[in-house]
Amino acid sequence: MFHIYCPYCGEYREEEEFHPKGEAHIVRPEDPETCSDEEWGDYLFFRHNPRGIHHEMWVHAVGCRKFFNITRNTATYEILETYKMGEAPSITAESRDDRAAAEAETAEKQEGVRA
Amino acid sequence: MSNSVDDKVKTFDTRTEAKVPVESPLAYSYRRSGAPAPGEGSGVVVRERPFLGHLVLRGGAIILDEALREVLDISLPGEPQALVFDASGERSVQWISPDEWLLIVPGGEEFELENRLREALGDAHFAITNIGGGQTLLELEGEAVSELLMKSVIYDADPHHFPVGKGVTTVFAKTSVILRRSSETRWELVARRSFADYIYRWLLDAGEEYAIGIVR
Repeated sequence: MFHIYCPYCGEYREEEEFHPKGEAHIVRPEDPETCSDEEWGDYLFFRHNPRGIHHEMWVHAVGCRKFFNITRNTATYEILETYKMGEAPSITAESRDDRAAAEAETAEKQEGVRA
Repeated sequence: MSNSVDDKVKTFDTRTEAKVPVESPLAYSYRRSGAPAPGEGSGVVVRERPFLGHLVLRGGAIILDEALREVLDISLPGEPQALVFDASGERSVQWISPDEWLLIVPGGEEFELENRLREALGDAHFAITNIGGGQTLLELEGEAVSELLMKSVIYDADPHHFPVGKGVTTVFAKTSVILRRSSETRWELVARRSFADYIYRWLLDAGEEYAIGIVR
C-alpha cells in the first residue's frame, strides 16, 4: 500500500481509493471527418509505453471522483508529481534528460578540473 | 428563467400524504442480526438517523454559497474535506468534491429547501438532487469509536488527524462511506441504503470487543 496525493482533495490518500485510467494528454483530432484512418487509429488505439517518465490519468474513484494526472517513472514506479486536469506537467522526459545532461556536464567539468 | 421550478425542472415531494408504511434501511438488519442494547461498558454506541433529507448540490462554489447563505444562513465550506453545521446543529453541509456538496437537513424539510434554493439560484448553472431515499446516517459515540474505525476504514481515523468538522469519502471494509466527525465525541457514517445492512453487520462484528450497543 502507498499513498497518492490528490490535487483536488489536497492530501495524500490510500492507493485503494484510486484507479489508473491510461495515458494522459491524448488530444482528439479536431476534425474527425477529415483525418486519415491512420491518424484516427493512432488516436483511438495506440499508446506510448515508455521506460521512464510517463504521464498518466488517474481517478480518485472513492473520494472526490475527479480525474487528475500523475507523472510516474515506469521503471521505478516512483510518482514524481500529480497535477490537475488541464495543467501542464512540470516534470517531463525532456526536462529529466536536460537535468541528466546538465549533471553530466558538471561532472565532466569537475573531471576537467581534477585532470 | 430556464432553470426555475415551474419551467424546465420538474420537482416533486418524495414524502406523500398517502399512508405508506416507511421502514429504515436497517429495519431488516435489526430483526435478522439483532441489536444489542448499550450498557455501562459499551465503548461504542450506534444510533441510526433514518429519513433525513439528503440533497446533493453541484455547481460553482460562489453561486451555491450565496444561495445557501440566503436560504439557510450557512456558508458553503470551500476547503476540501470540510464539514459545517448550522447554529442548531441539525443541518450540515459537507464538501464532497470541488463542485459537489452534501446537504443534510431534518427529514421533511428537503423539498421546501430544494425549491427555495432553486428559486435563489435562478438561471445559474447548477444541479440539486434529492438522494434521501438512497442514504442513511449512522451516529457513533463512545471512547472506542476511533479504534473501531481504524479497523474498518482505510483513512487515518486517529482523532489527532481527524479533527471535528472534517469529512471524507473513503473505503469502509469492502464498500464506501462518507465518514465525518460532528463533535469531539460523535462520528457519523453516511452509508448507501443498499450497503447499510453490510455496514451494520460489520460494525456489530468489529464492535463486539468494545461491547457495542445499538440505540433504537
